[in-house]
Amino acid sequence: MSVPAPRSQQAIQHAVVRFAGDSGDGMQLTGTEFTREAALHGNDLATFPDYPAEIRAPAGTTAGVSGYQIQFAAHEVFSPGDQPDTLVAMNPAALKVHLQDLKRGGLLIVNDAAFEKGDLERAGWKSNPLSDGSLEGYRVIRINFEKLVTQAVEGAGVSAKDASRCKNFFALGLVFWIYSRETEREEIAIRARFAKKPELAEANLRAFRAGYNYGETIEALDAPFTIPPAKLKPGKYRNITGNSALALGLVAAGQQSGLRLFFGSYPITPASDILHELSRYRRYDVTTFQAEDEIAAIAAAIGSSFTGSLGITASSGPGLALKTEAMGLAVMTELPLVIINVQRGGPSTGLPTKTEQSDLFQAVYGRNGECPLAVIASRSPADCFETALEACRIAVEYRTPVIMLSDGSLANGSEPWLLPRVEDLPKFSPNFATDPAGFHPYKRDEKMARAWAIPGTPGLEHRIGGLEKDALTGNISYDALNHEKMVRTRAEKIRRIADAFPKTQPYFDDKGDVLVIGWGGTYGSITQAVIEARASGIRVGHVHLRHIFPLPNDLSDVAARYRAILIPELNTGQLRLHLRGQIGLEGIGLNKIQGKPFHVAEVRSAIESLARRSAPSAKEIA
Amino acid sequence: MTAPLLKLTKKDFTSDQEVRWCPGCADFAILAAVQKLMPELNVPREKVVFVSGIGCSSRFPYYMNTYGFHGIHGRAPAIATGVKMANPDLQVWVVTGDGDSLSIGGNHLIHALRRNVDLKILLFDNRIYGLTKGQASPTSELGKKTKSSPLGTVDRPFNPLTLVLGAGATFVARTVANDMAHMTQVLRRAAAHKGSAFVEIWQNCPVFNDGAFEQWAEKDVRDDSLVKLEHGKPLVWGKNKDKGLRIGGNFSLEMGSAEGAVVHDEKREDVTLALALSALEPPWPQAFGVLRAVEKPTLEVLAREQEKAAAAMKGPKDLAALLQSGDTWEVGTGEA
Ligand SMILES: Cc1ncc(C[n+]2csc(CCOP(=O)(O)OP(=O)(O)O)c2C)c(N)n1
Ligand code: SF4
Ligand SMILES: [Mg+2]
Repeated sequence: MSVPAPRSQQAIQHAVVRFAGDSGDGMQLTGTEFTREAALHGNDLATFPDYPAEIRAPAGTTAGVSGYQIQFAAHEVFSPGDQPDTLVAMNPAALKVHLQDLKRGGLLIVNDAAFEKGDLERAGWKSNPLSDGSLEGYRVIRINFEKLVTQAVEGAGVSAKDASRCKNFFALGLVFWIYSRETEREEIAIRARFAKKPELAEANLRAFRAGYNYGETIEALDAPFTIPPAKLKPGKYRNITGNSALALGLVAAGQQSGLRLFFGSYPITPASDILHELSRYRRYDVTTFQAEDEIAAIAAAIGSSFTGSLGITASSGPGLALKTEAMGLAVMTELPLVIINVQRGGPSTGLPTKTEQSDLFQAVYGRNGECPLAVIASRSPADCFETALEACRIAVEYRTPVIMLSDGSLANGSEPWLLPRVEDLPKFSPNFATDPAGFHPYKRDEKMARAWAIPGTPGLEHRIGGLEKDALTGNISYDALNHEKMVRTRAEKIRRIADAFPKTQPYFDDKGDVLVIGWGGTYGSITQAVIEARASGIRVGHVHLRHIFPLPNDLSDVAARYRAILIPELNTGQLRLHLRGQIGLEGIGLNKIQGKPFHVAEVRSAIESLARRSAPSAKEIA
Repeated sequence: MTAPLLKLTKKDFTSDQEVRWCPGCADFAILAAVQKLMPELNVPREKVVFVSGIGCSSRFPYYMNTYGFHGIHGRAPAIATGVKMANPDLQVWVVTGDGDSLSIGGNHLIHALRRNVDLKILLFDNRIYGLTKGQASPTSELGKKTKSSPLGTVDRPFNPLTLVLGAGATFVARTVANDMAHMTQVLRRAAAHKGSAFVEIWQNCPVFNDGAFEQWAEKDVRDDSLVKLEHGKPLVWGKNKDKGLRIGGNFSLEMGSAEGAVVHDEKREDVTLALALSALEPPWPQAFGVLRAVEKPTLEVLAREQEKAAAAMKGPKDLAALLQSGDTWEVGTGEA
């Protein structure tokens, strides 16, 4: 079976494409290139890159498979999609890992040349799936990439090895044809990418064109698909990953507050890109500091905040663990500080390149002593911009450390971002103390924020540190009642942040059968699931918490308007326990701990089954 | 470009906080020396910051009437790096102990030094953990009996000077808290140095490690047991300055008469001489004074220069343009 008769030409509404190959096959690049064109074409989209922790795991093994999935559409899109319509598998290992996800009847493009006996064994295939019937029920396009690419780039002046490495652009070209994408922008992008090596530019261009033409020649489909632009909100858009949006949010916070930014960080997946990006924005009064470890990174950030910069540090779970003691120092000294945790699978080194939401407890409760700070979470790649800005605002206005939670799927995933107008961005001011009259380091304003007096200000010389301090002067105090007062003061200051939150407005039904409470990167899957569940007649509301601590004051009231509460999380139920402990809210957990985002179908069926049950008793839907 | 004279006094640098060290602690002498030196440096109080870690020594900032940050154990060099990078105009001092900077904070110390951040780092070396009541420290001599090592320690100590020279410190000196004149002179030199200045101060802890330095640092024995380093002067010692250090065969230092002694050169680019001096331990005369003082670009200045260069190359700040950089597209109003 090769290519069965395709259906007639179709203008379709959406499609999910997954590129999969060896870590060395350039699948991440292929995916981002395809994504850029989809964005510029005007489709709405969501992406999900999924790659191994090793730079190059043993070639040809399932451990080394790298994948990139995109859902693009003529309408609004919330998740990267559950099942690909088209799967590109560059080798047997990629096929082994991803075939199970391909939609029945979906299009499968395989690299014929990579299915020799040894390749199959390395990937763990007992027999050749190309001939043993495994691919029954899919539309298979078998291509000898090696041969076709070698022919295509002949004469471009590159080595055989470099020629072979153009395979991914051949695949890209073919998928461009399948979805009727324009090639012009991509050709410009290829030239720009290899500007320093014209012969590589030429070779990759030829491979790309050859792939495109190949679709035409073999009539891979009777006629390619078309997906018209989505009718998004009017405005200027840019496709953006979570880490890029986050970095821009920080720069914006600096510009909007007039504060110099100090960013201290130690490289760790999946947070490193924030350091890389900010290092390029240094002319925006941004100091970046690659520290010797995570402790130094946060310690230097605290030192900078003491000095009147906005100190920021970013890491992932293991790094956050190291920063714990210093966070306590920032709580005690009541200095603005933003701590970014791009969560990954844990515990310990865990699953460095996979996503998880398992650091909520660490963020809210993971320090010695009574040590409250604000915790907020971003919900989508583009939302990382706003969340970062919000984290900075709270930190500055309340003189407190703020932990911002992102996660691996947000960090590397991307979506179109409706660019905000600078005039619409919040402005906030550090309000430095300057007047020696009546100055005390721990004198508070109406938000309970203490005076921020920075070195260089005459007459305000003072000393702070991690020892308990007198409630006004900030001098060391071991007084029993003063300690209790300070513990309660620090807690009350954080609690009051919630008083300024807007009213909680659930999406979709504002009362009814089920309220889904989510947080973080599950936003897209939950939204799509709620849309689908409501189509079946259930009344569902959705609250996606930006503020994890303090929680919105009205959350219990909102929750009371629904018969049941569903709390989907990529952990074993941390938000669920947090809500029970903080506000006595009883929810049912939907929990997945596989290093992967929720499928829409998983959330939808949980909503539906919860709605069906009149008296929920089980605490978890497995 | 001489700054106007500020006419400050020691009192101006003395805070209202009660000093809480044990009676007889050598930390008092260091505090007095620093408070006395500060007016002479002619830096306005508000531009001076003292940063410390945790330990008896690290209480120091509370007693200085300047800006001060009592940090967490071992992290003072990192906190101070943030202070200095945030405002290179400030004069930033780090006060730390042998446990604070060589044990828990060893990593931060060596990295601050290799980066040459303009910090004045004063290591109060009492060869013991004072604040936690007398455990062995990374400078306690091998075999030392302490509460945590009743049979004597089994780990060899660091030589702080050798360590920091290895880390690339641009200014390295040693002094002792009971020699006010020498200590003040060394602190003055450290303050004047542009870049990381590291000063080891032998500091007697009368409670947990009394007499740790008396064999060679007491007034009456110093001349015979310490070689006072003076730039451009021969490396000689002894009451009559009749003993000298020279280079022998096999790349080693040798003790001999004053004649032909090596001339000290603290500005030497290579660290060989400073390293050799740092490693001298009894029965050799120990190095006392400034071992090395070379000028190198500092971290905070290099970082700001890069920022300026980036601004010059890419033009003024424009947040709107930054947000719109990369590939963008317009979605028109139409029916939506
Ligand atoms: C994280 C942490 N670990 C341990 C301690 C306990 N501690 C406080 S000071 C100190 C050692 C201090 O010794 P040193 O740095 O030599 O200072 P000294 O008291 O001798 O001046 C220790 C272990 C602490 N405060 N924090
Ligand atoms: S314990 Fe030792 S170092 Fe600490 S204050 Fe007392 S005498 Fe000084
Ligand atoms: Mg000590």
